[in-house]
Amino acid sequence: MNTDVYSESKVVHQPAFIDGHSVEIPILKILKQDGSIYENAAMPNIDQALATKTYKTLAFHRVLDERMVAAQRQGRISFYMTALGEEAASVGGAAGLKDQDMIMAQYREQGALMFRGFSLENFMNQMFSNEKDLGKGRQMPIHYGSRELNYMTISSPLGTQIPQAAGYAYGQKLQGLDAVTICYFGEGAASEGDFHAGLNMAAVHQAPVIFFCRNNGYAISTPSEEQYVGNGIASRGVGYGMKTIRIDGNDILAVIAAVQLARAYGIKEGKPVLIEAMSYRLGAHSTSDDPSGYRTREEEAKWQEHDPILRMKNWMLAQGWWDEAQETALFEKLRDEVLAAVKVAEKIDKPPVEDLITDVYDQVPPLLQSQFDELKEHIKKYPKAYPFSAGRIK
Amino acid sequence: MAQINLLQAINDALDIVMAENDRAVCFGEDVGHFGGVFRATSGLQEKYGKSRCFNTPLVEQGVIGFANGLAAQGSTAIAEIQFADYIFPAFDQIVNESAKFRYRSGNEFDVGKLTIRTPYGGGIAGGLYHSQSPEAYFAHTPGLKVVVPRNPYQAKGLLLASIRDDNPVIFFEPKRLYRASVGEVPEEDYELPLGKAEVVQKGSDITLLAWGAQVEIVEKAAALAASDGISCEIIDLRTILPWDIETVANSVTKTGRFVVSQEAPLTAGFASEIAATIQQACFLHLEAPIARVCGMDTPYPLALEKEYAADHLKIFEAIKTTMTY
Repeated sequence: MNTDVYSESKVVHQPAFIDGHSVEIPILKILKQDGSIYENAAMPNIDQALATKTYKTLAFHRVLDERMVAAQRQGRISFYMTALGEEAASVGGAAGLKDQDMIMAQYREQGALMFRGFSLENFMNQMFSNEKDLGKGRQMPIHYGSRELNYMTISSPLGTQIPQAAGYAYGQKLQGLDAVTICYFGEGAASEGDFHAGLNMAAVHQAPVIFFCRNNGYAISTPSEEQYVGNGIASRGVGYGMKTIRIDGNDILAVIAAVQLARAYGIKEGKPVLIEAMSYRLGAHSTSDDPSGYRTREEEAKWQEHDPILRMKNWMLAQGWWDEAQETALFEKLRDEVLAAVKVAEKIDKPPVEDLITDVYDQVPPLLQSQFDELKEHIKKYPKAYPFSAGRIK
Repeated sequence: MAQINLLQAINDALDIVMAENDRAVCFGEDVGHFGGVFRATSGLQEKYGKSRCFNTPLVEQGVIGFANGLAAQGSTAIAEIQFADYIFPAFDQIVNESAKFRYRSGNEFDVGKLTIRTPYGGGIAGGLYHSQSPEAYFAHTPGLKVVVPRNPYQAKGLLLASIRDDNPVIFFEPKRLYRASVGEVPEEDYELPLGKAEVVQKGSDITLLAWGAQVEIVEKAAALAASDGISCEIIDLRTILPWDIETVANSVTKTGRFVVSQEAPLTAGFASEIAATIQQACFLHLEAPIARVCGMDTPYPLALEKEYAADHLKIFEAIKTTMTY
């Protein structure tokens, strides 16, 4: 029984409240915007190869987001979500992990999947819901997933991945694997019951999860000051008895350092960690949203000065690991590749109509099969109403 | 064969799975050292250790969220929700996550190794929140399997099949029968098929259908009917989703009369789905309207539980009305 609080707390005799702000939570910063390193900063474990891969992934992320927003505006895809201004959280997270670690993302972490090597074609096939989509055209754009790359398929309901990450990591530990699970979510999703359920389950059952909160200031239109009044999300980690760290989310070196530290702790101690990365969602929530209705251009301009990609570029230049000619060539190449990939993906057929009924169960139950047989007869009767499927029914 | 009760049969099935599969994990509120409030997991922590059989914090959405993740990882996750009445905080995890995991990922990931065990049903003076039969909520969700055993033999065989089935299964245990139902159960490992109903009594005049604890109520009504010279065919549905239309339709085609009974309230219960399907499948063979004998459309009562329940007398009356229509 947990009686130590009763018997071991400091005793007082005058009633007085404490509050969350009485716990001082510092913020880790390693890299300055000009590319220099803070004095006495502890560098993460990063060499030129990892730095270059990380930077190229950030560049790919920026280009893909720009191009796909344009594609959505042109009506070529239905929906898109950028991670503009907070790409360091996902890319840096993956850079701090090993490939066998599971990534359970919310939805704005395509950068982690890019880092793992999900191909441009795979991104496109998912967004165009075509027959080569690993998800068989079943989910809206950006709901990626890959077993091969240990990236759990995205689920739209907010925060459901948080208790799942506790269970996933518990299984990894039970099997004795050299692997942890990173779980991404925003400060908005941290209001969901699943957040509290998941953190407590992971803490009590000692599951090696890295809970990574992207505190980007907004949940669609709701600013974080209308989301919570405590000392950020980090104070909750302390409440659940979990190792906790707050970092500058736009500082890629701080992200990598924190995730490397959390991973080592998770493997050694088999316990969870909470990372709160302070950042700003420079883009809209999604292409269905217009931020001019709820925030000012001045506010956005202030955060543009903290661009995480420019910050890393400045560091790469200072290291002598990158130059402007490489920069120009990389961005040109990426833009061309993305445009070409859009043109290929949009011409690929939709999934076959059989994909409507597979994977509901491991095998199609008889009643569903008979519903499908009826559907096929119906489509044959009205082929013009179902142009994608009419010619492909077996 | 030993005579054991339904709880012991469940404990036996869990023991077999834990022994054969070191990635099988049992957890839930009070499931660990105490062995669950009904003692279904008795002795498992002592035998298999705290890492494989343990208490969870009091958070049903956390229990099932954790179970989903554990199953997705490839472990065999056997989660207990202490009472089916308390499953609703986990509704999102079950309906939006467990049920859709495989479909939404294009079979990249699945939680086929998930089984949720939960005691359900009334007749134990449990009032509103220890008596409900919420199977219909889950029957409305493609991707789930929903299983209900009626006795110890069925419980062991169906639970072993549910745990090993490669789909998420909700296994509703009739808690009124936990100790009341005693029967012969083989000590060895065996499975009973999911998605298959069982004809438990042959008959020629009328078909009676139920599942779980309601089967013995229907049997009691059939005995009354037999003394009036009515021959009842009794079917235990066993699996609510996906359900065995063929066995039920074949029987009703033969008898021409059909009464379906459930503990849950009438409106939008699973009996209604069955009635609609059988009406369509057997329309030209029906001699009378299909009768549903169910709980009333109220929350589950306490002092007036007997009046509320779909008891054998109400079923007997429905049999007679159907026979003389």
